Amino acid sequence: MVDTSGIDWKAIDSRPEFQALHSKKMGFLWGLMIFSLVYYFLLPIGAAYFQDWYKIKVWGPVNVGILFALSQFVVAWSLAFIYARRANTVFDPMAAEIVRDAEKKMGARK
Amino acid sequence: MSSRRFAFAAGVVALALIATPALAQGAVAAQWKWLTFVVFGIIIAVTMFVTYVAAKRVKTTADFYVAGGGVSGLQNGWAIAGDYLSAASFLGIAGLISLYGYDGFMYSVGWLVAYITVLLVIAEPCRNIGKYTLSDILAYRNNPRAARIVGALSTITVSTFYLTAQMVGGGVLVKTLIGIDYEISVMVVGILMLAYVLFGGMVATTWVQIIKAILLVTASILLVMLVWVPYGFSLPGFLTSVIGDAKVQGQVALLIGDAAKNMTPTELGQRFLEPGLLFKAPIDQISLGMALVFGTAGMPHILMRFFTVPTAQDARKSVIWAMAIIGGFYVLTLFLGMGAAMNVGAVKIKAIDAGGNMAGPLLAQYVGGGPDSMLGNLFLAFVAAVAFATIVAVVAGLVLAAASAMAHDLYVGVIREDHVSPGEQVKAARIATVIVGAMAITIGILSKGQNVAHLVALAFAVASSANFPCVLLTLFWKRCNTGGIVLGMVVGTLTAIGLVMVSPNLTYPLLLKAPQEKIVATETASLTKLTADLAAATEAADQDKIKAAIDKSEKAKAAAEARIKAIGPDRTSIMGLEKPWFELRNPGLISIPLGFLAVILGSLLYRDKRSEDMWDELYVRQNTGLLLAKPVAH
Repeated sequence: MVDTSGIDWKAIDSRPEFQALHSKKMGFLWGLMIFSLVYYFLLPIGAAYFQDWYKIKVWGPVNVGILFALSQFVVAWSLAFIYARRANTVFDPMAAEIVRDAEKKMGARK
Repeated sequence: MSSRRFAFAAGVVALALIATPALAQGAVAAQWKWLTFVVFGIIIAVTMFVTYVAAKRVKTTADFYVAGGGVSGLQNGWAIAGDYLSAASFLGIAGLISLYGYDGFMYSVGWLVAYITVLLVIAEPCRNIGKYTLSDILAYRNNPRAARIVGALSTITVSTFYLTAQMVGGGVLVKTLIGIDYEISVMVVGILMLAYVLFGGMVATTWVQIIKAILLVTASILLVMLVWVPYGFSLPGFLTSVIGDAKVQGQVALLIGDAAKNMTPTELGQRFLEPGLLFKAPIDQISLGMALVFGTAGMPHILMRFFTVPTAQDARKSVIWAMAIIGGFYVLTLFLGMGAAMNVGAVKIKAIDAGGNMAGPLLAQYVGGGPDSMLGNLFLAFVAAVAFATIVAVVAGLVLAAASAMAHDLYVGVIREDHVSPGEQVKAARIATVIVGAMAITIGILSKGQNVAHLVALAFAVASSANFPCVLLTLFWKRCNTGGIVLGMVVGTLTAIGLVMVSPNLTYPLLLKAPQEKIVATETASLTKLTADLAAATEAADQDKIKAAIDKSEKAKAAAEARIKAIGPDRTSIMGLEKPWFELRNPGLISIPLGFLAVILGSLLYRDKRSEDMWDELYVRQNTGLLLAKPVAH
């Protein structure tokens, strides 16, 4: 296990930079998570209770049901892409700064 | 014995076992068996070579459990896909689509959506604070001893359920495909897997999974190209041809019974693309969806894959790659399944395997030129070899997860309280691997002919109801503590197992016998009537007609009686029930909320200073990756 005794975790936790990362990240994560779950569970629920909609033909024999199921893949990939973009451009730099600061302090103590 | 010699010997033994003259008939005709043998041989040789190279790189405990944390995001993405796309999802989903159309495709969606959960709340935090096992995460802020015991027990439970399902499924699969005996198939899978894990640890396991995923994706793309090219890669064109096929229409008519009478052939075909042919109870579907979406994130062998990459960014990248590969694969299965339904037909698919598992392999044989052609059999051999590699790769990942829980958590962490030299740790890991491997082979052989469908349901049920709530709340809820995770693990595991054991997943002899007994009763009644008719009949022509009817009736009665006899004398399921007590096939809907509730209640009722004190540290580290050990360069 890594030795973590030399760091004041409470101080890092209460820093405004960390609090900003925390609030930005949590809202975003749980928002995506809930959207993903709702969109996914609409598929089996719709298949059970709205069969007539699923049967509407749109493109030759391709019906709404097939397009909805295919859209699940597109939505899952899009959510993953959106999250990765946000993490790469917003969360990672914020976290990197907190780490840089903390490591500087650790170095100063040694 | 040196690892080199053992790897060589294991390869030879595996090949020799496969090459033993097979008595049983498989999907591959006898004159083409040598083809299968050659393709299997090449794949075994390549994986053994990888193991040999990997063995030289496995020196420390970290090398053995997590490949020294030196796997790249791209590599790990392929390995996750290789670990996750088990035979059940690779052959099973294509099979379900080929038999039930739309519902089979809908089923595949949950397996991909599961990775959104993994991506958003599991992969990066686990990488940032974890080391080798699921218990490492739980032990970070909770009482390490208690956390390791419950975490390890649950890891071993989940892995064993999944492992048994894979071993039995694999044995049946290899037997069906190439006709070698069930026991030999199980032994071949077990010996190869042991050779990979024992000598190559996570390094070899990762590469075997990568190779398998590449083979699987290549085979699928090739097949889909061949199936789709006659329609100029048009989706409506392809589906028009599917629904216009008499075999597809016949299968739909069979599935919907009387309702088919008023439908035109075109309507029957179109019905194949509409929901409701497989799933009759929507609530069961939702419950299964919950177990998939939350269970994947609680699977110890999937979690373990995130410890093999150096940083949270790589963990993120690996899930993105895994989602692209896994999702792409499931989209391809739509074409594989539909293509098999149209080109091979449900009748032939079910003749070889009632569950439809052979749809993909049979489609390969068809597009290559059919059962009598060399190319057709080469394709079939290739798909069969991929299926075989799939089982070995998935089993290797599971064995490593179970062995790490046994050696790292229970032996090193709990029994020896971390006072173990690095050399001894690697030794303990290898001994645990042999124990788990031997256990897998033994259980596999003992479970011959058993209904193992409930085991996969069990694995996902426990992972989603016990592991997932404990890991998630440890990572994200400040008040979570030792009391919560112990209660959560116990309640989640017991409810999940308890509900599956009384669910329709088990075999209920009385329910199976009932329709057959009805046939016997009907036929007995009609026999009495026919015998009376025969005595009353005077015309020779009438007598002949009645005699023919008696003959037919007796045959039907005998067949039903034979089926009753085959079910055996048991009246109840192994739990002593005559009929399922809990109607859902998957307990997720009940057991997941209960698991969360147990963690919350346990945490609120219990006071644990360490869990509170460690919160700031855990939370800062899981979000920032501060102090994450740099990977050892190889």
